[in-house]
Amino acid sequence: MLSLALVAITVLALAISQAKDPERTRQALRIARRSFVALIPGLLGMTALVGLVLAALPPQVLSDLFRHDGPLGFLLVTVAGAVVTMPAPVAFPLAGSLVKMGASLSSMAAFITTLTMVGLVTAPLEAAYFGRRFTIWRQGLSFILAVGIGVAMGVVL
Amino acid sequence: MKAIFGKYRFFAAVAAVGLALGLKDPELGRSAAMNSAHFLLEVLAIVPPVMVLMGLLDAWTPRKLVEDNLGRGSGARGTALAVLLGTAAAGPLYAAFPLALSLREKGARTANIAIFLGTWATIKIPMILMESSFIGVRFALLRLAFTVPGVLCVGYLMERLVPDGPAPPEASVAQAAETSQTVESAEAAGAS
Repeated sequence: MLSLALVAITVLALAISQAKDPERTRQALRIARRSFVALIPGLLGMTALVGLVLAALPPQVLSDLFRHDGPLGFLLVTVAGAVVTMPAPVAFPLAGSLVKMGASLSSMAAFITTLTMVGLVTAPLEAAYFGRRFTIWRQGLSFILAVGIGVAMGVVL
Repeated sequence: MKAIFGKYRFFAAVAAVGLALGLKDPELGRSAAMNSAHFLLEVLAIVPPVMVLMGLLDAWTPRKLVEDNLGRGSGARGTALAVLLGTAAAGPLYAAFPLALSLREKGARTANIAIFLGTWATIKIPMILMESSFIGVRFALLRLAFTVPGVLCVGYLMERLVPDGPAPPEASVAQAAETSQTVESAEAAGAS
């Protein structure tokens, strides 16, 4: 339903763009294709892993794993998200499937935030551009922000 | 070939484990493959239109205007433009680094650089649709409501903690440019 609306919005936006400026529209499609191709390895790996985990582990084990996620589980998920960096289009389906396995929404909010904003793996690259001090503070503050967002979501939802 | 395998090594590892388990227990292997294929189709129904929307936003953002208005004294307008630039762009966070560096060299203040990076990472308008369909509309909107002020706070705090400067002390811009070329060529290798 939502994906149908999404396609409709996209087609409409493309038509307007094409009518206004065909060259810019071609450029937009080039950007879209490049971003999509760059996502394929991550999407394949993530969907394969989720499919395998769902098949190999009984649902009971999975929901137990996430059910008593309390403060420790929350922190564990948040830290895991901080180590790896994932583009948002890979992070959302992953978080969605974790929710189906029983993960709490508040831990998923923190997880998505650290996945996309904090990355120990990409920290050296960031430091080469902006310096160590900038990188440490930005990642540190973003991590704290992620915990804050997670806690706030837990209170509201 | 090596570069392609490198990008797919995570998938290859998962597939190898799945295959090994499938040989021991064909029933499990089949259900794993079915689960993955089902999930992949679900993802592929959403991702391409989102990518097209991001491409359109990227192509239509008046980048020059934005880039020229991020400096000290740009105030709330500069911050709004940093958010606009961050939401409108397509690509993973490390693709934002070269652009953010050039903004910094053009005199953008630290707060706006940090806000631009934070927005690029977490807030993308087409992505809200994707988040809604995989997790929930309420979740997506609430997370957005908490994230926007959060990213702004982080940006202004960053400015107090990290002095403005055209180039980082630890590494020269040339070095950074070298790193970015490595990333680009790696991407090109992966794309080809």
